Amino acid sequence: MKIHEYQAKEVLRKFGVVTPRGIHCTSVEGAVKAAEELGGKIWVVKAQIHAGGRGKGGGVKLAKSLDEVRKYASEILGMQLITHQTGPEGQKVRNLLIEEGADIQHEYYVAALTDRATQRVAIMASSEGGMDIEEVAHNTPEKILKVFVDPATGLTDAQATELAKGIGMPDSSVAQAVDALKKLYTCYMETDASLAEINPLIHEGNGTVKALDAKFNFDSNALYRHPEIVAYRDLDEEDADEIEASKFDLAYISLDGNIGCLVNGAGLAMATMDTIKLFGAEPANFLDVGGGATTEKVTEAFKIMLKNPKVKGILVNIFGGIMKCDTIATGVVTAAREVNLSVPLVVRMKGTNEDLGKKILAESGLPIISADTMAEAATKIVAAVK
Amino acid sequence: MSILINKDTKVITQGITGKTGQFHTEKCQEYANGKNCFVAGVNPKKAGEKIFDIPIYASVKEAAAETGATVSVIYVPPAGAADAIWEAVEADLDLAICITEGIPVRDMLIVRNKMKAKVAAGGKETLLLGPNCPGLITPDEIKIGIMPGHIHRKGRIGVVSRSGTLTYEAVAQLTEIGLGQSSAVGIGGDPINGLKHIDVMRMFNDDPDTDAVIMIGEIGGPDEAEAAQWCKDNMKKPIVGFIAGVTAPAGKRMGHAGALISGGADTADAKLAIMEECGFKVTRNPSEMGKLLKAML
Repeated sequence: MKIHEYQAKEVLRKFGVVTPRGIHCTSVEGAVKAAEELGGKIWVVKAQIHAGGRGKGGGVKLAKSLDEVRKYASEILGMQLITHQTGPEGQKVRNLLIEEGADIQHEYYVAALTDRATQRVAIMASSEGGMDIEEVAHNTPEKILKVFVDPATGLTDAQATELAKGIGMPDSSVAQAVDALKKLYTCYMETDASLAEINPLIHEGNGTVKALDAKFNFDSNALYRHPEIVAYRDLDEEDADEIEASKFDLAYISLDGNIGCLVNGAGLAMATMDTIKLFGAEPANFLDVGGGATTEKVTEAFKIMLKNPKVKGILVNIFGGIMKCDTIATGVVTAAREVNLSVPLVVRMKGTNEDLGKKILAESGLPIISADTMAEAATKIVAAVK
Repeated sequence: MSILINKDTKVITQGITGKTGQFHTEKCQEYANGKNCFVAGVNPKKAGEKIFDIPIYASVKEAAAETGATVSVIYVPPAGAADAIWEAVEADLDLAICITEGIPVRDMLIVRNKMKAKVAAGGKETLLLGPNCPGLITPDEIKIGIMPGHIHRKGRIGVVSRSGTLTYEAVAQLTEIGLGQSSAVGIGGDPINGLKHIDVMRMFNDDPDTDAVIMIGEIGGPDEAEAAQWCKDNMKKPIVGFIAGVTAPAGKRMGHAGALISGGADTADAKLAIMEECGFKVTRNPSEMGKLLKAML
C-alpha cells in the first residue's frame, strides 16, 4: 500500500526524523491559510499524488509571496499531473502539501528496503540525492552504498556512521545523519514497510539534517496489525476496478490489451497472459481468482473484466486441483448468463473433473469455445477477436 | 529415491485442527502411503485428542519425541505462521513445509535470520520450504501439501516452481506424455522464503533417480538467475526453463507477494536470457514445457 508524501512525513516525524514544517490542504484558500500559519517568506507548494517525478511534471513550485502560493495552488490543484510513473493520462491532483522553505546545502538519498538475496533489510545511501535513483544505479553504481541489517541487532552505530561518512555528510552533520538513519530503520521495521525512501535528505547551512521528500510502501500482508497505516489509504489514488476486485478477494490488475483473462493461481495467470501475447494479442488484465473460487467470485470477476471497454474477448484458464472443474464450469455458465456475455469466450480446463466441467459448458447452450491447452486457448481467442 | 521426502517420512501437521489443515490432512492421508506418514498433529488446546486417527500433541517437540517424525507441514494462519516455523526449528526437525499464504514479510525476515543464527552457532539446521507454497510430492509414495495427487505419476523428472498451479501444469504435461516425476517441489511465491531454486536444483542433481528437471520461475528477485549460474557450472542433467510474467508491468505485485519487478535484472526477459546462456532449454510457451523436456531425453 502506498501513501502520500505528507503522510510519509507524519510517519517519519512520529519516529523522530526531522522534516520541514508543513500543512496538508485540499483547497486554494487552505493553501494560503497554511502558508500564513507557517510564516516565513518562502513556501513550497507540492502536489500530493501516489507517483514520483512530481517536480519535473510541474507539480512542485517555490512560492515567494502569499500571492504566489495562491497562484501555484490554483494551478496545481485539479491538474492532471503527468510523470514517468503515472502513465500518459496522468493523475488528478486533489491534495497539496504547503511547506516552509529549506536551506539546502546538499541533497542525499537514503532508503530502507527488504533485500531478498541476503534476507535482511538493506539501508542504501548516496551522495546523489534529489534525482532518480535508478539513473544513479545505472550510471554511477559506485555512488550507492549499502549495508545489510541483522534484525537481532538493528542498524548499528558503526553501519550508520559508515553510510553517513561515505556519502560525504559534513562532520558537523554526521551525528544527526546517523540518528536519522537509525530512526529510518526502526520506522521501517515497526510500520512493516516494504520501502521507505527519503529523497532528498538534506543538510542545511546550520548543519540540520532533514527529510525533504519521503515515500513509503507498506507490506499488505501486515496491514492487519497497522490500523494507523490503513487510515492513510487514499482510494482516489488507486484503480477503481482493482479496489472492487479486492472486495471479492480477487487479485486484479488492469493492463492495456483487449483479451480479458481469468485464471486460478498467480503464476498460471501470468503464464496465460504471456501465452496470449505469444499468439499475437495483448492481455487486458491479470486476474487470479485464487484457490477457493465460488460462483459468486467468478461472476464478480466477469463483471470487473467486462467493465473495461477495451475487452473484446475472454480467456478462462483453470487448473482444477482442489477446486473442481465442474464447480468452475457452473460458475462460468452462471456468470456468462448473468452478465449477458456478448464477447467471445474461450475456456480451457484441466485437472480434477475435467470431463464433467467440459460437459457442463457444452450443454449450457452458450457459445463457449473449448480448448485443451493454453496455447490452443490463446490461438482460439486471438482468432475470435480478429 | 527422490528428494527430501519418501514413503517412510513421518510428518507432523501444525494447524491440523483448522479448516484448511483438516481438509488437506485428509487428502494427504488418502494419497499413497499417507496413512502411515501423517503421524501427529499439534494444538496445545487439544492435546490428547485425535483427528482422523492422528494423535494431537501440545507442541512440535513433544510430537517429534513421541512419534519420531522429522518433517512438519504448517497450515497455521498468517499471524502465527512464523512462530510455527520457529517451533519446528526449535524442535530440530529436518524439514518444515509452510503452506500459509500472507505472512508479513517482517515476520519471515526475523525467523529466517534466527534460523541462520542457530546454524551459525552450531545448532541443527532445519530446512524450510515455502511459505506460500503448495508443498511437495514424491509420486506414489507421499504427498505433503495441497497439490492434487491424481495428476502425478511416478517417474524420473524433477519439477521445481514458485507457483502452485503452474507446477501442476508442468506435472500434468509430463504425465500426459508418459513421463513421471521423481519429486515436484513448490518453493512458494513469497519474497523471503526457505529453499530456493538453487537448493532444489542441487538436490535433483544429486538424486540418482532424477534424469532431467523442469525449472519454473517468475518475475521478481534474483533466485532464478542465481540458480542458472550454479547450473551452468554444476548441473549434469538437462533442464527446461520457463519464467512467467513477460507481460507483467513493472512495479505491480502480480498476485504473489514476491512477483514484482523492482529493477532491471528481475524481469522475465532478463531471467530467460540468463537461463539460456547457462544452458537451459528455455521456452516462452508454457504449453510445451513437457514436450521440450521429452525431446531432450
